[in-house]
Amino acid sequence: MAKRVGMEVSIAASEAVKLADVDVIAAYPITPQTHIVEHLSEVVADGELDAAFVPVESEHSAMSCCLGSSAAGARTFTATSSQGLALMHEILFIAPAMRLPIVMVVANRALSGPISIWNDHSDIMAEQDIAWIQTFAENGQEVFDLVLHAFRVAEDSKVLLPVIVNLDGFTLSHVIEPIEILDKAEVDKYLPPYKPKVRLDPRKPVSMGLVGIPEIYTEAKKATDEVLINSKKIVLKAWKEFGDLFGRYYNPVESYKTEGAEVILITMGSISETAMTAIDKMREKGLPVGLVRFRLWKPFPAPEFKKAIAGAQTLAVVDRALSPGGACGPVAEEIKAALYAERGRPKVFNFIAGLGGRDVTVENFEEIVSKAFAYAKKRPKQFYEMIGVREI
Amino acid sequence: MIEIRIHGRGGQGAVTSAELVAIAAIDDGKYAQAFPSFGPERRGAPVAAFIRVSDKPIRTREKVYVPNVVMVLDPSILKIVNVAAGLKEGGTVIINTSKTPEEMARLLNVKAKIATVDATKIAMESMGVPITNTSMLGALVKATGIVSNDALGKAIDKRFGRIAEKNKTAFNRAMTETIIRES
Repeated sequence: MAKRVGMEVSIAASEAVKLADVDVIAAYPITPQTHIVEHLSEVVADGELDAAFVPVESEHSAMSCCLGSSAAGARTFTATSSQGLALMHEILFIAPAMRLPIVMVVANRALSGPISIWNDHSDIMAEQDIAWIQTFAENGQEVFDLVLHAFRVAEDSKVLLPVIVNLDGFTLSHVIEPIEILDKAEVDKYLPPYKPKVRLDPRKPVSMGLVGIPEIYTEAKKATDEVLINSKKIVLKAWKEFGDLFGRYYNPVESYKTEGAEVILITMGSISETAMTAIDKMREKGLPVGLVRFRLWKPFPAPEFKKAIAGAQTLAVVDRALSPGGACGPVAEEIKAALYAERGRPKVFNFIAGLGGRDVTVENFEEIVSKAFAYAKKRPKQFYEMIGVREI
Repeated sequence: MIEIRIHGRGGQGAVTSAELVAIAAIDDGKYAQAFPSFGPERRGAPVAAFIRVSDKPIRTREKVYVPNVVMVLDPSILKIVNVAAGLKEGGTVIINTSKTPEEMARLLNVKAKIATVDATKIAMESMGVPITNTSMLGALVKATGIVSNDALGKAIDKRFGRIAEKNKTAFNRAMTETIIRES
């Protein structure tokens, strides 16, 4: 039976990995991901989890090791943050091309410089084109649930792609909160053992990760893109089955009080909870505002998003990363691209908030919404605006 | 919803005490959050930790700006940190000090319910170390009743293992010795 306990969210992530009965964990500790891999190394050392914990010398090696173990047919997990994710960069593209169902938790943290150990989404937004499935968690329960969902989706024979579960560093990873931990029998019902179609086996040799000569590279890339786009069906199916089993249903795009909303706030990750509190407060004052947030980020759930924002005149998109020298933040960019061909598309205003650990408050959301109402009447010159910048 | 800010120095167990309260509150069937002030904390440097406890699910990830309760694990912090900053009207301040609540009210110049206990003395006599967190939890429970003794006892057992008994002795003694002055 599932048990409700007070637990640090990082530990809940590792408990989900333990319950998924992974075979190999290759990881390098980096703040604020540290507690996740520390706890996993403990449960392996204590014999609670029969897995190989590979303490590698860098994240580049961690991801390389994950490629090898996943190719050998092992259920494989790693976790990282910020500079660690950046150091993995060149290996990240190889996992989907080799169709390896690795699961990774990224405790989102700002990229240097200046050096920052604190939360924003600049690390993951620099990895938009790696062809991994990506989800974002809002709270500890979602972290636990999404990790199990990640293995289930990644290893589905129609998918066989790696999955990243994003959780906000510190603001989520280091918080103790109530989490319902499923028991092993419940998890086993949801997540069958991984049965690879092909794997590296000296008794039955195969070649993997070969060179893509010009005659085949384009086709290989198209194949990866197609399987990523088509993976959404399995992502949805796996959420439906999770809900049917455990009562918690998830959607790629979630709406909150959007009925009759003229302005809709768009968020991702743990600030969404604060945003809901802000929406409650503004609705009480009679402001027609609602909230839409992404749980699935890649493949980008465009149809679900368009349905969720239908009827709104204005979108206030909150980005947790800057795209310097570009048109706007990465989330707003994706949204604008998705809406460009739509008739009667809403106005989209982009607000950059919560960089490098700057708190995003209810007050910030009220400011964003009031600006969106004002800008809707008179479009401002700038394409995006940074919130809470202290200026002299 | 009750929001608590804990002040201490790195190594005194401010973060641990926040965690214990949240775990106990959740065990009591409530909703709670505990989190540290995120950063590179060092032993001896001023640190803060935060708790939220509510009967309803907590839907905010903001830091705690307007606490109902402030708890001070180390009296020397008072000279360098404005511990009463943002304290809600009618709030509570719980301090580790040998002074009386009346003296502390004058010193801090706040209109608040004040609870005092000599937690350093209790910690030294019960455990032999000046780690004041579990003693201060006794004062917190006495002054606010925020969690049940039962649930907190269980949380202490789980966290401290073989030194849990000493911590519970300190906790119980602080419960008895805490002096409270209503605002």
